[in-house]
This record gives sequence, C-alpha cells and structure tokens, in this order.
Amino acid sequence: MTTSVDRAVELPSVLAVSRSRAQVELKEFFRQREAVVFTVLLPVLLLTVFGAVLDYDIGSGVTFVQYFMAGIIAAGILGASLQNMAISIATERSDGTLKALAGTPMPKSAFFVGKVVQVLAVTLLIIGVLLLIGVVFYGIDLPSGGEWLTFAWVTVLGAAACTLLGIAVSSLAKNGRSASATVTPFALVLQFISGVFFLFSSLPQWMQTVAAIFPLKWMGQGLRSVFLPDALAASEPAGSWELGRVALVLAAWCVVGLVLCVATFRWQDR
Amino acid sequence: MTRTSPAVDRAGPEPLDADAAISIRGLVKRYGDFAAVDGVDLDIRRGEIFALLGPNGAGKTTTVEICEGYRDRDAGEVRVLGTDPADGGRAWKAQLGIVLQSNSGESQLTVRETVASRAHLYADPRDPDEVLELVGLTEKAGARGRSLSGGQRRRLDVALGIVGRPTLLFLDEPTTGFDPEARRQFWSLIRSLRELGTTMLLTTHYLDEAEALADRVGVIARGRLVEVAVPAALGGRESAPAVVSWTEHGVRRSEATATPTALVGELAARFPGEVPDLAVARPTLEDVYLAMIGDGDGDGDGDAANADRTEGELQ
Repeated sequence: MTTSVDRAVELPSVLAVSRSRAQVELKEFFRQREAVVFTVLLPVLLLTVFGAVLDYDIGSGVTFVQYFMAGIIAAGILGASLQNMAISIATERSDGTLKALAGTPMPKSAFFVGKVVQVLAVTLLIIGVLLLIGVVFYGIDLPSGGEWLTFAWVTVLGAAACTLLGIAVSSLAKNGRSASATVTPFALVLQFISGVFFLFSSLPQWMQTVAAIFPLKWMGQGLRSVFLPDALAASEPAGSWELGRVALVLAAWCVVGLVLCVATFRWQDR
Repeated sequence: MTRTSPAVDRAGPEPLDADAAISIRGLVKRYGDFAAVDGVDLDIRRGEIFALLGPNGAGKTTTVEICEGYRDRDAGEVRVLGTDPADGGRAWKAQLGIVLQSNSGESQLTVRETVASRAHLYADPRDPDEVLELVGLTEKAGARGRSLSGGQRRRLDVALGIVGRPTLLFLDEPTTGFDPEARRQFWSLIRSLRELGTTMLLTTHYLDEAEALADRVGVIARGRLVEVAVPAALGGRESAPAVVSWTEHGVRRSEATATPTALVGELAARFPGEVPDLAVARPTLEDVYLAMIGDGDGDGDGDAANADRTEGELQ
C-alpha cells in the first residue's frame, strides 16, 4: 500500500492561490450572461437613452449629459461592487459553493482577493465603456491632469466601501434570488435620491439628507468634481465639492462594511 | 425477539487512538433539546473503508461534518489524522478530501477548469485529466458544470474530492440518485482508490453499497452507534439461528434453530414424501439492519416477516 506521508510538499502560496481564485472569479462573472447584461450593459443603456433625451443646459454651458456621466459611473460602481457581491455571494452560500471551498486548504484571504479582482475588473470595464460612449456620442469632456487622480481615489474608495457592504449584505439573504430582490430595488431608490438621474440640488431637502447617509451620494459628488467645471460647485449642497468629506464618509463606510463582514460572514447556510 | 443488538467495539473509556485515521470518544451534538449525536465512540483505521449506515436523521451527516471541521460539538473528543477538527488548519485540510451530501453549486467553469482550479489549492495534486479519466468524465471535460446530469455532477464532486490526493476521503451519501449502472461504476472507482491507500469514511443508506465496499460497517440510529462489525457479521448474522418453515395439517409452522440440518432430517422422517413448503432461511443484511434501527415496537413480528421474505432461498 502506498501512502502519501512522504509527499510533504509545501502548500501553494497565498499569492498563487489568489491568482487562481481571481481567474475563477473573472470567468464566473463574464460567462454569466445575466450578470454581464445587468451590471455592465444596463448603465451603458441608461447613458445612451438619457444622453439622447436629456441634453438640456444645466448652467455654465454644461449639458445634463456631462452631469449624468458622473452619476451613471457612480451607479455603475455600485452595481459592480455592492449589487454584484451581495447577489453572487448569497448564491454561492446557498448552493454550497462556499461550504465546499471552506473544506479545502484554500487560504480564506485568497477568496476575497479573487472577489476584489473581479469587482475591479468589472468596474474598470464599465467606466471604460461609459467614457468611450460619452466621448464618441455625447461630446463629454474627459477629466484632465489632477482630476484623474480624484477620479481614481473616489472610484477605489467607493468600490471598496460598496464591496464590503455587498459582502455583508449577502449574509442577510437566504439565497441569490432573495438578495437580488432586496438589493436591486434598494440600489434603484438610492440612485434616484443620490443625484444620478436628477440634479441633486433639485431634490427635496429630506431626500438629500437621507441620501447623504449612504455612499452613492458621495461617490457621485466626488465624480462631479471630476466631470464638471468648478463653477458648478456652487450648486452643490455645501457650495463646494467637499472632497475631504467625500473621502471621510467613504472611508467610514469601509470601516463599517469591514466590521459587518467580519461579524456576519458565514461559509455555510445556517 | 431473539436477536439483540450487542454494542460491539464500544471503546468506552479507552483513550483516543492517535494512530487511527479517525478517533471519536463520547461525541455529543445537540440542536436544542434534540441530541443528533448522542455519545458516539469510534475508531477508523488508516487504509480502511468504513461505512456509516443509518436512516435519515440518525446522525450520520452530523458526525461526519464534525470530523470534517464544519460543525462544532457539545461534548466528546475527536481526532482526525491526529488533529482536533476544531483546530484544523490548511495543512490538515490538505490531507482531506470531502464529498458533501449536497452537490456543490452551479458554475460557469467547464468540468476541467473546475477540477484544475481545485487542484491549485493543493501542494501535490493529481493531474486533473487523470482524475477526470478516473471518474469517467473525460468526455465531459469541456462541458459547463450545469449541463451535467445528476450522476455526472456527483462524479464531478468525487473528482474534486480526490484531486488533492487526500489521505482521508469523506463520502457523504455519494450515490444517492444514481442509476444501478452508475452505482456499479462508482463502486469500482472507490475500489481503485482503496488500492491507492486512501482511507474512506462513507455514509450511505444502501445496504448493498455498504456490503460491497466497506471493510467495516457502523450502524447509527437515533444518534447512537448501535454496532460496528464486518458486513458479514453484522447483527450476529454469521451465527444467527436459521429459520426452518414448513406446512403441517394446513398450518404454516416455523422454528428457529442452530441446527437446521438436523431439523430438516427430522421433518423428512416425519413426512412420507416431500416436506410441504419447506424453506430454510437466514437473516439477510437488510433483516438485521432493520431490526437494529427499529425503535423496539414492531419487533415482535420481525421473525415471521423475515421468514416470509426470505422463503425460497434455501440455504
């Protein structure tokens, strides 16, 4: 009888397993037609339709499309991170995928690295396609110089906060379908009150107050500083872009999300 | 009721066996007031195939999932490959192969990609293509997981369980939902894994499966291990009295005896020609199993029913 006692080879490194998990996550996402349509094509469709219909001037010679660009990118990030994570992890928990992985020597951190890579890839794809359509069809002015830096940190911080919240929310749902049924309407409402589809300044005060609790409003505001001329900062609630506060609120949501993840994450159904 | 169920192999106060693949003492798991596992002692030797047999809800899966590290326990000691599953880390998990009771989820990956990605988690995995060959999924290597039939998905689960070259393989009801041919193929797969020295803990509620595969069988009922024995000796089957039955004056008669040959000789002398409706039967594995898992009521008519069922199998 042969035994494997002598085959003491070292387990693969966390980095190697993370790379493998990232490949799995990318294939899982991009081969799933509904996920791609829902997460990537929906924002693109909304930009195309809204851009064609709502091209009125919002002041300082800026069209609504330029304003909407910031909002739809923020909404795209929300879809790629919060909605995507909440639904996919709830599905994987209820169908036993997570349980099976928990029984292997996979380092737990590698699983989350794979998820983060998936979110980043989807986010970058959405932003790329939206910018392309905006520039080619709607004459969007691209950011310049230091605005790219703001664009980058708002995106990364917003995606991080929403990813963590998505993972946390997945623990509340019974399965992927129930996660989708809860998170999708929530995200839609959030988009309406956070200045994605309408000018934030035109919303009633109470709506603005509610929206300011959640990250999407701050992501949109940060991105408006990138896509709109500084003259329009005057029409923001505080009369400025408040980039410091944007960073602070998104960072706070990262902390809250992380705490919730650690407290609630489960590898199997109860 | 003549057959009792002696609790053989109950280790009781014996210490844990550090060399065993699995060593369990006094294991208890409660859900509320209900004790799903209620004081199990068990040692599974390295290299053996051990079948845990029992009805649904008897505590099979709970026991196995405690050994796999999925569930905590309320009392007792467990060592799996020398480690307490509650403290098992990566190196320990790398020695295990786990085939859970439910299929793993639907994936967009192909069968080969699924097995290859699992192989990436281990130090010295088997070649994914060889594993697919072993479980008979080579033709489906390029298919997406969700396009597989139930039996094929189960074989994929087994492929995922063995790709890491486990020392100990857990198989929780691996053939539920298989057609007879698929089960035969699966059995030969398990036998070839045994040749490779893999220890296996198998749960099943198919008696023929336990009899065909296992070196030893443990019967679990209501959270307790009722008996552990080689399949042929389960329930004292080897030495159980035979039941001789015949018809006399229009009445069906039967007698349990340790010396059936003598009784048949006696009957032959008593009747002029053929003994009417003569049958000699020994309890089948199913008979002893049903008697063991029964909860006491309904045992009274057990022997008569057994004799009826096995009539005609003159042994």
